[in-house]
Amino acid sequence: MAIMALKERRAELPIATRTVVEQLADAANFMRRHVIASVYHAGSGHPGGALSCSDILACLYGAELNVWPSAIADPDRDRFVMSKGHAAPALYAAAARYGFCDARAALNLRKLGSPFQGHPHVGDLPFVESSTGSLGQGFSVALGMAMGLKLQNRTARVYTLLGDGELQEGEVWEAAMCAAHHKLGNLCAIVDYNKLQSDNRNDAIMRIEPLAAKWRAFDWMVMEIDGHDIAQILSAFRRAGATADRPSILIAHTIKGKGVPYMENVPHWHGSVKLTREQTEEALAALGATQDETRELLDVGSR
Amino acid sequence: MSAAAEAPSLIGTSGDSLREAFGKALSALADEFPKVVLLDADIAGGTGAHHFRKSHPGRFLQFGIAEQNMMAAAGGLSAVGLLPVVTTFAVFCLRAVEQARLSIAYCRRNAKIVASHPGLDVGPDGGSAQALEDIAAFRAIPGMTVISPADPVETALATRAILEFDGPVYMRTGRSPAKRLFGERHTFEIGKGRIMRGGSDLTIVACGVEVARALDAAELLADEGVSARVVNMATIKPVDAEMLARCALETGAIVTAEDHNIYGGLGGAVAESLAQSRPCPIEFVGVRDMFGASGEPDELAAHFGLDAAHIAQAARRVLTRKVNS
Repeated sequence: MAIMALKERRAELPIATRTVVEQLADAANFMRRHVIASVYHAGSGHPGGALSCSDILACLYGAELNVWPSAIADPDRDRFVMSKGHAAPALYAAAARYGFCDARAALNLRKLGSPFQGHPHVGDLPFVESSTGSLGQGFSVALGMAMGLKLQNRTARVYTLLGDGELQEGEVWEAAMCAAHHKLGNLCAIVDYNKLQSDNRNDAIMRIEPLAAKWRAFDWMVMEIDGHDIAQILSAFRRAGATADRPSILIAHTIKGKGVPYMENVPHWHGSVKLTREQTEEALAALGATQDETRELLDVGSR
Repeated sequence: MSAAAEAPSLIGTSGDSLREAFGKALSALADEFPKVVLLDADIAGGTGAHHFRKSHPGRFLQFGIAEQNMMAAAGGLSAVGLLPVVTTFAVFCLRAVEQARLSIAYCRRNAKIVASHPGLDVGPDGGSAQALEDIAAFRAIPGMTVISPADPVETALATRAILEFDGPVYMRTGRSPAKRLFGERHTFEIGKGRIMRGGSDLTIVACGVEVARALDAAELLADEGVSARVVNMATIKPVDAEMLARCALETGAIVTAEDHNIYGGLGGAVAESLAQSRPCPIEFVGVRDMFGASGEPDELAAHFGLDAAHIAQAARRVLTRKVNS
C-alpha cells in the first residue's frame, strides 16, 4: 500500500534540515496571505486564530501527515481534524498550498454556493475529515477515529488542533480522560495557545491555567513548544509519534494574529471582522506579498 | 431467509422489555455485521448492551459517564469504517443532541443511536429520567431517521433493519416489560406503517408502548359500536405519509398516541403530513407539555392520560368533531 511504503521511507529522513524548515516557513506565510485575502473577500471571518495556527498547519500538511491529494480516501492515511473549526481559512489555505484544492477557488470563502463554508464541512470538501465549528466535538471525533483505527490494527495516526478557549468546553475533558484510559498512542492533539478568545484574554474570561499540569494529570504526554518555531514543532511531532502507550499533546504557545503587526495580540481580530482594502494591503505587505501577488489575491482571486 | 424467521427467540407471550430484545438481537447479529461496535456510557446493564458486552467484548467500547464525547466519537468511528451503535438512556441522548447533529448527521455518518428508558415507561425513577422530548429533538435533525418499535419482536427486527440501513438512526427501545403484539411471521420495514386492526370510523396512529394501549382502546370502542382502525407507526421519520392519507380518506378522523410530549413527536409528524395531504380532525394523546413523575408505568399512563381509557376518550372527541365538520 502506497502510504505504508512511504511511511517506512520517511522514517529514514532527518527530522528537519534547514531547507525543510525554510520551506515550511514559506508555506506558512503563503497560508497567512491566503487567509487575509479570503477573509477580505468574504467580508467576515476569523483571521486572528487562523494566523496563529498557520505554522502548525504547515508542519502538519507539509511534513507530518501521511496524506496527500491522491490518497485522500486511503484507509491508512493519517487524519487531521480541525477542532477549532472557526480557523477554517487556515485549513483551506493549507489545503490549497499542498494541492488538496485550488488556491483561487479557496478564496471564495463564506459565500452561498461555495464549498468553502465559514466552518469546514466534510460534505463539501473531500480533504475535510469531519465537520467542525462547535468547539469540543472535533476532539471527540478525532478520539473516535484513533480508537477505530487502533481496533482495526491500522498504523495511521490522528491529529487534532484545538483552540485555547475551546478547552473551556467540558467535552474536551471527557475526551481527554477517555483517550488516556484507552491508551490511544495514535492520537496527537495540539493546542493553539494564543491566550486570547472571542471576547477577551483567556484568563479574563475563564482561566485555563495551569494547562500543562492539567494534561499531565489526565495522563497525557505533554510538550510545551513555541508554536511558531518550525523545528520545535517537527521534533515535538517526532516525540509524539514515538509515544505508543498514551496520547500526546503539544501546547503550542502562539501569537494571535501572528505576522500582521496591527492584529498581533489584539482580541478584536478573533472574528468575525471585515477587512478594508487598506487593512488588507497592509497585512499582505507585512506578510511579504509582492505587489503582483497582492493584485492576484485581491483583484483576480475574487472571481 | 426472512428477517422474521431469524428473530431471536427471546420472548414469552409477554414480559420482556424492548431494551433486552434490542441487546439480544444486536448480540445475535454481531457476527453477520462485523463492523458493528457498541458504545456504552456505564449503563450497559440497563440498555440491553450487556448481552453484546458478553458475546463480543472486543467490540464493546466503554466511554464512562460522558455522553457528549461518546456521541461525537461515534462520528469518528464511523469515519474510519466501523458501524457504531451508541447506547444510553433517552434522556442522556438529549444531552448530546448537538453532537448527534454536527458530528453524526451533518457529517452524514452511518451511526445508530439506540435509546432505552424513554417516556413515562421509565416509571419510578421519576420526571428527571423520563425523556418526553427526544423524538421531537431528533426528528428535527436533517437526515435523521427516527424509529420507535412497539414490541420485543419488532424491536429485534428493527435492530436488523437499522444495521442494514445506510444513514443515521435514532431508535427508542423501552424499560418496562412490553406486551408481545407480533408473531414469528412479523416483518419490519423502515418508513412503513402497519394496520394492526381494521376499522372505519376513525384511525388511532400510535408508536411504542402506546400501540398496545391503542389496541385496548379499540376494544373499548368496539363495545360502544365504534369501529377504530389502529396503525402502528413505528417509523416516525420519515413518516408513512401515504398510509396516513389513506386512513384520513377512509376513516375521516385521527387520534395519535405516544409516550412523549404532544408537541413535536408522532402527533406533530402526523399533523404536518395530513395538513399537506388530506386534512381531517386530529386529537393528540401524549403528555400535555409537562414533565413526568415517579410511579409505575401503568399508573403514570392513567395519571397523565396515556392509557386505553384516555385514548378512547380522545376517539369520542374526534368523532364529535368529525360529525360537526
